[in-house]
Order: sequence, then structure tokens, then C-alpha cells
Amino acid sequence: MSKSITAKNLNVYYGDFLAVEGVNIEIAAKSVTAFIGPSGCGKTTFLRTLNRMHEVLPGARVEGELLLDDDNIYGSGVDPVTVRTMVGMVFQRPNPFPTMSIRENVLAGYKLNGARMSRSKADEIVETALRGANLWNEVKDRLDKPGSGLSGGQQQRLCIARTVAVKPDVILMDEPCSALDPISTLAIEDLISELKKEYTIVIVTHNMQQAARVSEKTAFFNIAGTGKPGKMIEYADTTTIFNNPSNEQTERYVSGKFG
Amino acid sequence: MIESTQTKNPTPASVQGPAGGHEPPHEPAAMLRPNSLTGNIQPRWFLPACAAVSLLLSFALVVLLGDAEEFSINWALWFVFAAVIHLVLAYVITLVRINRRKAKDMFWRNLIYVAFTLALLPLVSVIMSVAIVGFQGLTNAGFLTSDMQGINASTDAGTQEGEHGVLGGIRHAIIGSLVITLMATLVSVPIGLLTSIYLVEYSQGGPLSRAITFFVDVMTGIPSIVAGLFGAAAMASFLSFADSLGIPVPGRSTMGVTAAIALSVLMIPVVVRTTEEMLRVVPNELREASYALGVRKWRTILKVVIPTAISGIAAGVTLSIARVIGETAPILLTAGFATRVNWNPFEGWMTTLPVFIYQQFTRPMHPTYHDPSFQRAWAAALILILIVMGLNLIARIIATIFAPKKTGR
Repeated sequence: MSKSITAKNLNVYYGDFLAVEGVNIEIAAKSVTAFIGPSGCGKTTFLRTLNRMHEVLPGARVEGELLLDDDNIYGSGVDPVTVRTMVGMVFQRPNPFPTMSIRENVLAGYKLNGARMSRSKADEIVETALRGANLWNEVKDRLDKPGSGLSGGQQQRLCIARTVAVKPDVILMDEPCSALDPISTLAIEDLISELKKEYTIVIVTHNMQQAARVSEKTAFFNIAGTGKPGKMIEYADTTTIFNNPSNEQTERYVSGKFG
Repeated sequence: MIESTQTKNPTPASVQGPAGGHEPPHEPAAMLRPNSLTGNIQPRWFLPACAAVSLLLSFALVVLLGDAEEFSINWALWFVFAAVIHLVLAYVITLVRINRRKAKDMFWRNLIYVAFTLALLPLVSVIMSVAIVGFQGLTNAGFLTSDMQGINASTDAGTQEGEHGVLGGIRHAIIGSLVITLMATLVSVPIGLLTSIYLVEYSQGGPLSRAITFFVDVMTGIPSIVAGLFGAAAMASFLSFADSLGIPVPGRSTMGVTAAIALSVLMIPVVVRTTEEMLRVVPNELREASYALGVRKWRTILKVVIPTAISGIAAGVTLSIARVIGETAPILLTAGFATRVNWNPFEGWMTTLPVFIYQQFTRPMHPTYHDPSFQRAWAAALILILIVMGLNLIARIIATIFAPKKTGR
């Protein structure tokens, strides 16, 4: 149900522009890994390569190997759509489908793929996913109302429920709390620590306290200057990164001296 | 206004503030900061009142200037005078009461109102005159339920001499209009929508998409008579080709479907243009959300992008229908002119409302008694406007039903 991720010498390009260079990382199954670093350093770009969302943008491509357990997801003959069913993603801004109700939003992964299922099976999936996202009690009486009528924090949890409903192996979160207030943020962080029992979670965040609170391991990304590629500077246990980093750049960043 | 600033000197405390004293006292610029919070805007009733006064004044002016013997009002002159008086009056009053800046604001604002009214006048007057003149024709017995079969010069002469009311109707033209426009829509909407889906979702700004955009723009500017010629010529050569293969086809190319093809030449670019805009405004986040759930691209387009944009697409399609339902020239070339109902677009001549109107106006049934023909034409024009308005209404209803749900708390 949950898989590890291994990147070997991964280079990410936008056309001819090398955006992220030479990433080597091993992310264990059923763990929370945080990516931190200044804006524009390639955290999100790298995250998007993990489920091949990167190549949705024209001209974007990847060199190197990215293993999901033992399978190279950039190997020849791999269908990106299959990869995305295994690696789900939660975006920075909550993006429930505006034409769908809460219930349909949770079932979107099935419905959009044309899957047919019985009413009771669908009800079960909806309830499990919404309970898993700590949203069930708030919305159980208005499942047929539009998802865009929820508050921002609820919408984000609805998006997590939508991702959980298709039972991926890995969940990627791209600054999931940056548009939310502290209370909704707390709800999502609680949810992350629940979810890691079953899923491998990778989270990009600008909030270093958040990285310290939720993650077990942290990767620090940095960029040498405009037009230069982003690089992963240091990857270690979260406590090490925040208390005793081996790299000077990491120390300056986590202690708030730049960025 | 300057004087009042000087007469009412602010107290030292209000200028320097409680902590002031050592700072040099500064005079707030009189233009930026008037000496009182109230009285610096015109009251709400000012503009309507000013407009009413201008209308009255200009009415008096028009009456005075007009012929004393014969009381008549020149409407255009009335409007022009009223507009000028309103502009000047509002400017001067605001200048005297408040200041130059507000007066200028008032002037430009009123200029915009006048321009808007000016733009609206032709529309309102067209609808009014068609409704007033056309309504009489609509009241004639059997106008909507009969066609022009058997109506000739002697019928209209009989009407003129008071033997009977205006006979004949537009049933054949309504049916022709609806059948031809429906067929044109069935041809254009799939082609246009698929083109815009290609442009927005699949092309990545390559030469093909640039070429498509360019030719769509060129097509938008094609004169409708050229589209009619194209339709007629295309159908004629298609029929002779099919005939040479031994396929049973109608012998003549003048029929409803030829008109529909000519109209779709005019319609496709409009559909492409409007639906393209609508697809482009669908947020990319929704596409990515769908991809991230492992949904394939074509399913994402079909089930996320199009439903999100459906209200705009419906509006665009309606616009394009309204664009072609009033075409006259291409229909005359391709479908000819008929006096009886013809439901079959693949056989025989057909008439549409614009062609009917054209015929009744330019070639009245009776060489001297034009009235019955003119009445039919005006009533047909009214029906045409009503159909277009109805289409717009339907598009709005569709848009409301399918629009993304915003609330739900």
C-alpha cells in the first residue's frame, strides 16, 4: 500500500533550461519527508517529477532514474497516467471541481475514469475517504452540495480526501497549508501524521516550523543564483537539519539568516 | 472655494497634531483636502435632476425653434440639445458648488452616459418600430400557420379593396429558417468545438495552430455572399461527382442542405473563436487536479474542462446561431425561394425568414398595392427578432443550469 522513492542523478529541464540538477534521494515508505528552501530553488519542480506531473508543461523533461520501490517511473513504456494513480498529489491552492458536489469530488478519481460501482460501494468509499481526511463530521449532512461552498481549509481536506479515495501509494503535497489559517493548518498537520501510517508522504513547505513538526526527514534545496539550476544541498533527519546541519547554507537558512 | 480656506483657519493643534510644536506648520493643499468632510460631493438626486432639467429645457428649445404653425418635435434635435445642456449644466454647477476636479469628473462621466444612450438608441428604436409595425401583421388570421401557397396579386388587390384581411403566412419561412439553421449548427458546432479543443488543449503554439488561428480569422471576414457562392459551387461539384459514381442524388444543388453548408462556413469561425476563449479561462489547476488523480487527458477534457466551460460554450453557440439566422444572400443563392412548406432539406427549394422579408419588400405581390406585402415583411421581421431573443434566453437558461456551483453553505 505504500512505496519508497529513490532518485538517482535526476536532472529536470524546462526545454533547454536545467531547473534542478543531480538530485539523489532515498525516501522510505510510510514516512513524512519535507522539502524546504527559498522560492524558486526547485522544490516544487522536483516534487512534480515524482508523479510525472512535470511533463504536463510543454517542453519539460527529466533525465536520470526515479524508482518507485524497484520500478523506474521514467523507464521506457511507462504510462504517466498509471504513475499518477500510484502517486497522488495535493496542490498549493485548494482546487475542488466546481461543477461537482462534495460527494462527486471525493469520487472524482473513479467517476472521471468512467468506473462503475454500486451505490453502497460508492457511499463506503466516500465515507472512508472523508473520515480519513477528518472532514466527515463537517460535511456528512451536505454531501450533495457543491464542493466550492466549503471554507478554504475544508476544501483542502476535500482535495486530500479525493486523493486518498483512489488509494495511492504515495501522496505529494505542494505547500498544502500556504493558503490556510493556523487552525486549518493544524487540522491538515494532524491529518498528515494520521496518513503516514498508510502512505509515503512528501511535503513541500515554506514554513520551517511545519517541516519540524510533521516530517521525519528533511531535504534542503538551494539555488546559486538566477538562471542557475537548483540543487539538493542536504538531506538528513529533521532534527539534524534543524539542530545540527552539516552544511553552512542549511544552517544559515534554518536559522533565518537568509531566504 | 479658495477664499473659504483662507477665512477658516485651522487651529494650530489640528495642523500640528498633539505632539507638534517644533515641526513647521504645514497647510494641507486646498485642492486635496477640503476644509470640511461634508458637502464635497453632489447629492444622489443631482444627476437625474440635472438630466430632467436638461430634457425640459431642450424640449422648450426645440419647440421654440420649430415651426410655429405646425407643432412637431424633432427627436434627434431634442436629444442632442438635451445632451449638450446636461453636460454643460452638470459641469458648471459642480464647478461652482465643489471644485474643478469634481467638475471634470462629472463632465467625463456624463459624456460616457451620453455615449451609452446614443449607442442604445438605434437598438431600442429598431425593436420599437419593428414591434409596432410588425404587430399588426401578426394579428392577421393564419399568419403563423399558413404559407404563401395560392397568394398572388389578385389576393392582395382584394385585401386592398377591403374584401378580406391580409392573407398568406410565414409558416414555410419559419420552418425553413429553423431547419437550415439547425442543420448548419449540427455541422458547425462539432467542427468548431473540436477545433478550439485542439487549439487550447493539444496544440502547443506550433505552426499548425498558428495557421488554424490565422485562417479562422480570415474566415471571420468572409462576405456572406462568397460563402453562398462556395456552398452552391461545392454542392454542385459534389453532386456531379456522386452522380458519376452512380449514387442516386438529387439532380439540382438548390436545397436546404446547401444553404446549411454555406451558413456553416460563416458559423464555424464564430464558434471556434468564442469556445476557444471559454476553454482558455478554465483554470489549469482543474486540469492538473484531474491528471493527478490518474485521469487521462481526453477524459479530463470531456468531464472536467468542457463541463466547467459549458455555460460559455452555450452562449458562444447561441451567438453564432444569431449571427447566421439573419443571413439573406447565401440563402438566396443556395436554397432559392419557395412559397410552400418544405420540411426536407435534401430536396427542393426552401425559404427562410430573411429571404421572405427581402422578397416581400423588393417584389411586392401586387405592383401597386404594396401594403399587404409590407405588412407580412414587418411581421416576419418581428418573428425573426423574437426567435433571436428566444435563443439568447435559452442560452442564458442553459448557462445558469450548467454554471459551476458557487455557493452551497
